[in-house]
Amino acid sequence: MTPTAPAKWGLRGLAFGYLGLLLLAPVGMIFYKTFEHGLGPPVDAMTSPEALHAIQLTLLMVAVAVPLNTIFGVGCALLLVRRRWWGNSIVDGIINLPFAVSPIVVGLSLYLLYGNTGWFGPTMAEWGIQVLFSWPGMVLASIFVSLPFVVRETVPVLQEIGTEQEQAASTLGANGWQTFWRITLPAIRWGVAYGVVLTVARVLGEFGAVTIVSGSISGETETMPLFVAKAFEQFQEEAAYAGAIVLALLALTTLLLMSVGGRKAKASSGGSLPAAELAVSTSNTKEGS
Amino acid sequence: MDAHPASIPPVQAAPRAGIRLPGVGAGLGRGMVVLYLSLMVLLPLAAVVDESLSKGLDAFWSSVTGDQAMAALKLTVVCSLIVVAINAVFGTIIAWVLVRDEFPGKAAVNALIDLPFALPTIVAGLTLLTLYGAKSPIGLDVAGTRVAIVVALCFITLPFVVRSVQPLLIEMDREMEEAATSLGSGGFTTFRRIIFPNLLPGVVAGVMLAFARALGEYGSLILITGNIPFETEVSSVFIRSQIESGNTAGASAVSVVLLALSVVMLIAVSLFAHSGTHGEKRGILVRAINRVISRSQLGGGS
Repeated sequence: MTPTAPAKWGLRGLAFGYLGLLLLAPVGMIFYKTFEHGLGPPVDAMTSPEALHAIQLTLLMVAVAVPLNTIFGVGCALLLVRRRWWGNSIVDGIINLPFAVSPIVVGLSLYLLYGNTGWFGPTMAEWGIQVLFSWPGMVLASIFVSLPFVVRETVPVLQEIGTEQEQAASTLGANGWQTFWRITLPAIRWGVAYGVVLTVARVLGEFGAVTIVSGSISGETETMPLFVAKAFEQFQEEAAYAGAIVLALLALTTLLLMSVGGRKAKASSGGSLPAAELAVSTSNTKEGS
Repeated sequence: MDAHPASIPPVQAAPRAGIRLPGVGAGLGRGMVVLYLSLMVLLPLAAVVDESLSKGLDAFWSSVTGDQAMAALKLTVVCSLIVVAINAVFGTIIAWVLVRDEFPGKAAVNALIDLPFALPTIVAGLTLLTLYGAKSPIGLDVAGTRVAIVVALCFITLPFVVRSVQPLLIEMDREMEEAATSLGSGGFTTFRRIIFPNLLPGVVAGVMLAFARALGEYGSLILITGNIPFETEVSSVFIRSQIESGNTAGASAVSVVLLALSVVMLIAVSLFAHSGTHGEKRGILVRAINRVISRSQLGGGS
């Protein structure tokens, strides 16, 4: 159907109007507000001790949560796809659970486990381990919310590549680890990389869950998103905007990496990978499908 | 068309023995996976369910149906319904323009659609506040009102319908439309009779996912809504206020309700995708849904 000219312009107007008012104008506005008085104020705001500590702590979250969820994700995907077991569908369901849980509920759940009167809290306190209002609790929150990504991105790739090459390697005498490092991992690497990018992005931006378990103590348990919220509430708008811009730029980088990673995954598998579909949808063409 | 089998990637039967998994035996690996999932996900959620029932079923019920909890729950559900209705319409239009229209910069606009998913929720809230808050340069201050909830949720859930409809539209058979047009049907009739029915599964799936997400939203709302009980306090904010005032049983009860609603929604989407469509459309829709679910969790999910 080729819509008539008025219909076409009408639809365009509606689409652009909505996107403009909801997405482009606010995002443009926050960039304008941040750099209104030049580069100085945002750079100063981001180099204050609190901001630097928030950046460090956010990176610590990434450094602990992402490797754990990546190792778990690849191992779990291998078991789900390569081994038949009655419990597989249950494990699969549980993996998707974090996506159905509000971040605030994640925070509450950890509070109930590790708080003073929680299931593990008192024992941990005896051992001298502080989980709540400290970084271990925040790491647990980050792991919870970002757990599904690597599994979800790796499973379809593993299904796609099949087992022929692995079996060949096995027949030729390769042991389990050799097969994994030389055959399986190279074949699934873009799927895994894609999952890792998503995991990092989620950990960087998590707010709701971390806000409950951290207590949001300035210079101690404040990640970047918490820093932004606190700065805004204390009327330090420049710091809030600067922090928001840093996170927004990281989000844009994520989008960029996703589209590159998607294309790589597509190229290396010849087509129909779910991880590759973003590239399909961004280019709006039928190539390769 | 109907004769095509679903084009879901083939799941080959997993070999019982055959290839060896690295190092650890399958049993040990399985044990580690189950242990990790239990420690990180199941135990925390079990603690919430346990706490919600710690004072008995009656207390659970009165926590959920208490005035403030009920007001928050109603507000959350009503706002979410309004928002998904708005985004069903605009999401379909945007998907249409992105697939069927040609204009300079289309690739960039298309890439930006995912920004609400990728942007951390607290940044999303702050961003909206700069344009629609007290210092609005266009004189449009909605902060602290219910309109603010709708605006924030519209932003957060914008990509769901677009990204669910887009693949269906790309793969849609244009011959049907051409046939309808050549048989004399006008643009609107063709849309109503041919195009819309083909896109409907995508719209429905997108709406369900967006609804599930909107129910638990927190980060984008706390700065802009003012969090006034009975006025602009949504369920997630209510839960937080209960935690802070020490009423963890009440917070847990409302959490369990939210959690149940979200789980039911996600299961319903999956059932709908498998039964509401057929042929190659099913494969396209299932993959679109899986992708949207992952993407939607980037900036902070529900």
